[in-house]
Amino acid sequence: MIPAAFDYARPTSLDEALVLLARGAGNAKVLAGGQSLLPLMRLRLASPGQLIDIGRIAELRTIRDLGGGATGIGALATYRDVLDSELATRNHPILATAIPMIGDVQVRNRGTLAGSIAHADPASDLPAILLALEGTLVIRSGNGERVVAVEGFFQGAFATDLGQDEILTEIRLPATPDGAGMAYRAIEQPASGYSMVGVAAVIGRVGDSIGYARIAITGAGNVAYRAMAVEAALLGSDGGAAAIEAAAAHATDGQVVGSDFNADAEYRTAMAQVYTRRAVEAALAAID
Amino acid sequence: MATDVLGARIKRVEDPRFITGKGRYLDDIKLAGMTYMSILRSPYAHANIRSIDTAAARAMPGVVLVLVGADIPYNPLPMAWPAGGVAGIRNNINTPRVLATDSVKWTGEGVAAVIAETVAQAVDALEAIVVEWEPLPVVVDAEKATQPGAPQLHENAPNNVVFEWTVGDKAGTDAALEAAPVIVRQRIVNQRLIPNPMEVRGDIGVYNPGTDEYTIWMSSQTPHIQRLLLSAFVMGIPEHKIRCISPDIGGAFGTKIFCYADMALCLFASKALNGRPVKWVETRRENYQSTIHGRDHITYLEIAGTREGEITGLRVKTYANLGGRLSTIGPGIPTTLYGRVLSGCYRIPNVYCEVTGVYTNTTFVDAYRGAGRPEATYVIERAMDLFADEIGLDPAELRRRNFIAPDKFPYDNPSGLGTASNGEKIYIDSGNYEPAMDMALATAGYASIDKAKADARARGKYLGIGLSTYIEVCGVAPSKWIGAVGEGWGAAMWESANLKIHLTGKVVLTMGTQPQGQGHETTYAQIVSSELGIPMDDIIVQHSDTQGTPFGYGSYGSRTASVGGTAAVKAAGKIREKARQYAAHMLEAAVDDIEVVGAEYRVKGSPEKMKTLQEVVFALDLGFSLPAGMEPYLDETAYYDTPNCTWPFGTHVAIVEIDEETGKVDLVRYVAVDDVGKKINPMIVDGQLHGGIAQGVGQALWEGAVYGDDGQLLSGSMLDYAVPRASWFPNFELGETVTPSPVNPLGVKGVGEAGAIASTAAVANAVIDALSPFGIRHLDMPYTAPKVWRAMHDKEARS
Repeated sequence: MIPAAFDYARPTSLDEALVLLARGAGNAKVLAGGQSLLPLMRLRLASPGQLIDIGRIAELRTIRDLGGGATGIGALATYRDVLDSELATRNHPILATAIPMIGDVQVRNRGTLAGSIAHADPASDLPAILLALEGTLVIRSGNGERVVAVEGFFQGAFATDLGQDEILTEIRLPATPDGAGMAYRAIEQPASGYSMVGVAAVIGRVGDSIGYARIAITGAGNVAYRAMAVEAALLGSDGGAAAIEAAAAHATDGQVVGSDFNADAEYRTAMAQVYTRRAVEAALAAID
Repeated sequence: MATDVLGARIKRVEDPRFITGKGRYLDDIKLAGMTYMSILRSPYAHANIRSIDTAAARAMPGVVLVLVGADIPYNPLPMAWPAGGVAGIRNNINTPRVLATDSVKWTGEGVAAVIAETVAQAVDALEAIVVEWEPLPVVVDAEKATQPGAPQLHENAPNNVVFEWTVGDKAGTDAALEAAPVIVRQRIVNQRLIPNPMEVRGDIGVYNPGTDEYTIWMSSQTPHIQRLLLSAFVMGIPEHKIRCISPDIGGAFGTKIFCYADMALCLFASKALNGRPVKWVETRRENYQSTIHGRDHITYLEIAGTREGEITGLRVKTYANLGGRLSTIGPGIPTTLYGRVLSGCYRIPNVYCEVTGVYTNTTFVDAYRGAGRPEATYVIERAMDLFADEIGLDPAELRRRNFIAPDKFPYDNPSGLGTASNGEKIYIDSGNYEPAMDMALATAGYASIDKAKADARARGKYLGIGLSTYIEVCGVAPSKWIGAVGEGWGAAMWESANLKIHLTGKVVLTMGTQPQGQGHETTYAQIVSSELGIPMDDIIVQHSDTQGTPFGYGSYGSRTASVGGTAAVKAAGKIREKARQYAAHMLEAAVDDIEVVGAEYRVKGSPEKMKTLQEVVFALDLGFSLPAGMEPYLDETAYYDTPNCTWPFGTHVAIVEIDEETGKVDLVRYVAVDDVGKKINPMIVDGQLHGGIAQGVGQALWEGAVYGDDGQLLSGSMLDYAVPRASWFPNFELGETVTPSPVNPLGVKGVGEAGAIASTAAVANAVIDALSPFGIRHLDMPYTAPKVWRAMHDKEARS
C-alpha cells in the first residue's frame, strides 16, 4: 500500500500549474482531492512520475453564480462545499439529494466534483447527474480555454476528452426550466458503495404533459450516458404509470451493458429500467 | 464477597486507551535500528518457480537483505491438528515453507522477501525481483478438484485429497434413510469468507547476538503456542530461547491463532542482520491473499423422518476446501468441530458424516469465528427447514418435536462426541431448548407473521422469517478427551492464572490467555474483585508475553471465560486460603475459626477480631513473622483443566424483506435469545453477540470470497468484498435464558462465537421463506440483490 516514487509539485497559480503539466505531459497527473487517484497509486495500479497538486490554487476553489439560475463549480470545490452552497443546491436541488449518496463523509469532505469527472470512473454517480443537468466543462491549457459539454466528454472507462496538458477548471451547470423536478436513484454494489446502476432525472411539465426530460444513467454502460430514447418516450406523455413504464423500457437502448462478478448485464439492464422509473417518479413528485 | 461486581455492566477498563488512540498495536512499535520487510507474493495460483533473480533488488537503495526460499533452512510450518479420531485416517500433509522453494499453490504465496531501511524501499525493491514462472493448470473448487483429470497440486495427495474422514454409524444411518417415509436431499454451499479483523497481522523479529535469544512481537492470539511451534517445529532452536509478545490486538476472529511463515521469516532475517529488528506488517491486500480464509464447504445433505415430523436420520457428505497448503489446524475444523456437532440440539438417532478435505489453488482455510460449528449449524438448520417444507409442518413445530428433552442430559450425541477410541467420552451436559425458542418466537411475533407478510406484499416486498435453534461447543475440553480420542490435536486445553498481591495490596493477575478486543482486562478483574473483595481499581490484568505469563493456550473457541476464568477463580482461592492461614497466625486463632467475608478475615463469633486482606498481605509479603513452613508473599498459580466443554444454546429469529423489483434483501428485525450461562459482564456479552450476529448475517447477505477459474482472487479488496456496515442492520433484540453451566464454578459458558454460529442460518431460512411464493426451496449464499433477483426471475419465467 505504498505508492511508487513520484515527484511532487504544488503550484500556487493555475498558469504555473499549466506550465508544469505541459512540461510533464504524459507523465504528470493533476491531484485535487485525491480520493480516486491516491488509492490507485497505493495499489500501484497508477504510478505517475509527477503529481501536480492544485490544492493551493485559490482561484479554483469557487462556487460562482453565473446568473439566471446557472452555477459555476470550480475545480477544487468539494462535495461538502457544494452541499453547503445555498446557491448550488437552490439552483440544482438534485445536488442536495444525490451528493449524500456519493462516497462517505471523508470522501465528500476531500473529494472534488471536477476530480471525479476527470477521473471518469464508469460507476461513479456524478457523471449521470451532470449529464441530466446538461453541464458543460471549462478546460484550460497553455493554449487557452475551451468549453465542452459533459455529454461526449467521457470516451470510455477512465478515459475522457481531457488532453495531457489540460486541466478541468470549472463545471458549469445551466439553469433548469422553472419548476422542474429532479431526482437521483441508484442501487449500490454493497462492497464499494459504487452504483451498479444510477439514474438521474430532470423532468418538467407543460400543462398536463411532460415538456422537458433529461435522463442520464451511470453504471450500466461503459460510460455514463443520456438515455435519449427514454426522454423521447416521456416527452409529450402524461407522465402516468404506464407512460413511465413504457419509457423506462428504453433505458439501455443502444448500450452495451457491462457485466462483472457482482452483477451481470441482464441484471443491470433490468435495474436500469427499474431505477429509471423510480427516478422519473421521484422527479415528477418533486415538481413544484 | 462483592457479588455485585460479578454480573455487572461495568465499562471496559481497556476502552479509554483504545478509543483515545493510546492502544499499542504491533505497528505502533518502533525499535532502534529497525528494518522493514516486504514479501513478494505469487501472481499465479499454481506455478513452478524456474528461477528467481534478486540481483537488481539487492542493488536498490536502502536494501539490506533479500531472501528466497533456498536461503532458509527451517522446516515447513507445522501441522498441529490432522483429521483423526477414527483408526487409519490418513492425512496427506503439505504445509507452507517459510518462503516457497519449488512451486506456488495459491495466488499470494510468499516467494521472496526484501528487508530495507524503510517500507517504501522494501516495496520498491520487490518490483526489481525477476521470477521465471512456469504456470500450471489451476483448480479452485473443492468438488471439482477431486474429479478425475483435475490439476494435481501435490504428489502425496492423489486427486487432491487431504483426508477422507467419517463419523457416526454408517450402516445404521443408511438403514434409517432406507426405511424413512420421507427423505429430503439438497446440495448446499457454505461459501468462503475473508475474516477481516480491523488490524491486519504483523511481526517484529529481533535476534540478540549476545545471548543467542530471539524475541518476536506478533499480532497473535496464541503467543505461547507460537513459541512452541516456532522453536521446536519450525526453527529447531530451544523453546527457552524465544520470547513471544502479543501487543494490543485489533481483532482476530481466529486468523491470529496460527503459525505463519512471516513469523519465522522476521526472526531469520534479524539473525542474518546480526540483530537488527525486522518489522513486517501485511497490507490489506496481503491479508486477503495470505492470511487464512474461513468456511468453503460443498455439502450434500440428506435428512429423513416421518410424515409426523420425527427426524430419524441425517447423512452428510462434505467437500472441505483447505486451500493450496494446510494452515496450522485446518483439517481439524471441518472434522471434529463440524461433523461431531451436526445433529445440533436435536435427538437424531442416526447420523453419519463423510468429509473429504481437499487441496485447491486457493488461500489456506482454517478457523474463522465459530470454526466448523457455523457450518454444522447451517447444514442442520437448513435441513430442518427443508424437511418441514417437505411434510408441510411449521418449522418451529418440527424443531419442537425433535429437541433433546431437558431430562435427557447428559446427552450422548450420536454424531460422535461420545465416540472416543478408548472410552473417553464427553456429553452435552445441559440444555433446555424450548423456552428459548418460545421467547424468541413471541418477541418476533411469529404467530402473526402471515399478516406481516400480507402487509409487506402491499408494499412490493416479500417478507420472510427464519429460525436458527443452535447449540455451541465452547471451551473444548478436557485434555484427557482431546488426547484420548486420537483427534490428532497437538495441544491440551487447560489454562493458567497467576495471582500476586503486592505489599501495598495491589493485585496483579497474569493470564495465559490472550485478548483480541474481548475485554479480558475487565472481566478477569471482575472475577478477582468478586473472589477477594478487592476493588476493581486495585487489580491489573496482564497477559500476552511468554516472559512473565504462565503457559496458556490462548484465546479462541469461546474458551477464555470458562477455562481461563476458572483458572483465575482457582488462583484467587489459593490466595484466599493462604491469607486465611496467615490471618489465623496474626489473630492467634485456629485456621478453622477464620471466616472470610469479602476482604475481611474474621474470627468466627468475634467479629471485632479481624484483619483486612490488605493487613494480611502487608505482613505476609514482608515476612517478618511467619508461621512455621509458610513462605512469604501472596503469589499463587493455578492451572485448570475443565471436565467438559460448555454448551450454550439459543434461538435466533431473522425477519427479512425482499424488494420484488430489485431482489435487494433488507434485514428488518433480528431477535436473539441466547443461553450462555451466567454472565460476568452482560454489557460485554451483548457486544460479543452483536458482533457475532453481524458477522454471521454478513455471510448470509453480502460476503463471499470469489476466485476466478485462473485462481485470481476477484474479491481481492474491500471494493469487492462486502464487509457489513453498521447502518445495514436493525437494532438487535436480545433476550436470554440462564442455565448455568454445571462444569465450572462461575456457571459461564462462552459467547464469542454464538452470534456468528446462529445468525447465518436464521437469515438464510428467512430469505428462503420470503422466496417460498416462488417455489424456491434453497438458494446458496450470499443473497445479493442480483442473485435473489435472478432466482425470482427464473422462477417467474418458468411459471
